[in-house]
Parts: sequence; C-alpha cells; structure tokens
Amino acid sequence: MGGAVSQANLAVDSHIGTMEAKPFAIPSSKLVMWLFIISDAVTFGALLFAYGYIRNASADWPTPFESSSIWNSLLMTFILVTSSLTVLIALKAAQADDRAPAFRWVIVTAVLGVLFTVLHLREWMDLIGKGVRTFHNPWGAPMFGATFFAITGLHMAHVIGGVVALIATGLIYKAGRYSAKHIEILALYWHFVDLVWMFVVPLVYLMNMKR
Amino acid sequence: MNSADTSKSKASGRVYVVYAVIMVLAVMQIVVAMQRGPSLVFMLLVGVLQAWLAVTYFMHLGEERPLLVLALIPYTIFVLLMMNVIWSDSFRLLRMRPH
Repeated sequence: MGGAVSQANLAVDSHIGTMEAKPFAIPSSKLVMWLFIISDAVTFGALLFAYGYIRNASADWPTPFESSSIWNSLLMTFILVTSSLTVLIALKAAQADDRAPAFRWVIVTAVLGVLFTVLHLREWMDLIGKGVRTFHNPWGAPMFGATFFAITGLHMAHVIGGVVALIATGLIYKAGRYSAKHIEILALYWHFVDLVWMFVVPLVYLMNMKR
Repeated sequence: MNSADTSKSKASGRVYVVYAVIMVLAVMQIVVAMQRGPSLVFMLLVGVLQAWLAVTYFMHLGEERPLLVLALIPYTIFVLLMMNVIWSDSFRLLRMRPH
C-alpha cells in the first residue's frame, strides 16, 4: 500500500513544472482569434438568415441596385481581396524580420481598407439620397433599409476597426515591440472581413439587382 | 535554394493564383447574375468556394493541425445549418399574411 502511494507521488512529482503540450500547436492568442472569427461568422450568419427570413416573407421586396451599384460592389470586392493579398505580403516580410517593408505593406492594407469604406459610404449616401431609411423606402417592404444598413454597417464597422488595428499594430511592430506573430493574428482577422464580404455581395447586392 | 525555401516560394506563388481565382469567381458571379438573373443556389455555391479558398490559402487553415480544423469548422457549419429552421415560418408569413 505504502509502496503504491509512493509510486503515485513519484508520478505526480515527475509532472511538476512541466506543461501539457498544446493540442492545436498554435499560440493561445492565435487560437483566441480563431474562436473570435468563428463566433463572428455565426453572428454574420444570423444577420444574413434574418435578412433572408424578412425578404422571403415580403411580397414587395425592393430590388433597387442598378448596374452602377453592382460594378461598384465589384470594385469594392477587388479592393478588399487585394488588401488580403497585401496583408499576406506584409506577413511574409515580417516573418523574414524585414520591419520597414512589413510596416509599409500593413499601411497599404489600411489605405485599401479606407478606400473600401469611402466607396461603401458613397453607396450608403446614394441610397439615403433616394429616400431609403431604416424603416422606410420609396419602393416596397419597409424593412429593406434596416436589413441593408445592419448587414453592411456591421461589415463596415469591422473594416474600420480593422484599419485602426492595422495602423496601431503596424506602428507598434515598427517600434520593435511586436513580432510577426501579431501581424499574423491581425491578418487572420482581415481575411475574415474579406470572407464575409464574399457572402454580402451576392446575397445583399446581386439578389436585389434591378431587373 | 533548400527544400524549405522552395516550398515557401511555391506557397507564395499559390497565393497569387488563389487571389486571381477569387477575383475571376467574383466577376463570373456578377456576369451570370446580369445575364441570367441571380440564382441563390449558384451565388451561395460560388460564395462557399471563395470562402474555402480564402480560409485554406489566405488564412492557412489547411496548414494547421487537423484537430484545429475539426474543432472549428464542423460546429460552425452545424450552427449555420440549424439556422435553416426559420424558413418554414418565413413561408408561413408570406402565405398567411392579411391582404
């Protein structure tokens, strides 16, 4: 009995001071970003489903987007997908410890994010100018504005938040206090913003195209 | 150039190909929607393909341990699929609304 206890104690003692191996083999901060992305994907999913629910239940759902809006959405897609590429170039430079080019590409990504936001706001202003409000529009189902502004507004908030994070992280990285790991985690977030847009364009713009 | 450098170079070249494919798919979506009218199934299929390319090659999920993929993706898909229960009520509203 006593021998068994001492064997158990030995087994416990041998693990003191050692850490259990990480099951996913990634840093905790990266795992947290993945968990945030998953929860945010479900949030956007819920918003898009709510939009689909209301759209399907409305007999007079407006289809106001003319070809100029559709081509504008393609330009916005081009800008956002290109920004995903530039953040990858920044990450590659950061992993090679080339701080100046990495910072430069992070800022290029932020500028593309600002450009995307400006184009998006122009689209909003155009719709507002045509009389679209959150619970009123000149064409039909009043909830059109609420769903459009909610979905695109949440996405735009993500882009603006991402731009602020890109500039802040870029500056801290340039100062030498952040590493390539931080750029990588921010890049994950930025790609996610890009990914959400790939569903917003077809479901919100193309499905409501003027025919 | 050693094998690690070669594989890194291949990976960065692949990113440009994926970028081009995602853009071509985006243009295709719009052209098809303009010529034939928007089809929800087609739009969603193209969107899912674009998202898969972005997650695998931009976010490098394909290079992580399979355990991480298993911990993240099936549950997300399950939750999104479960949201489809709303459609019966949505059709009920459309057909039973007072006119």
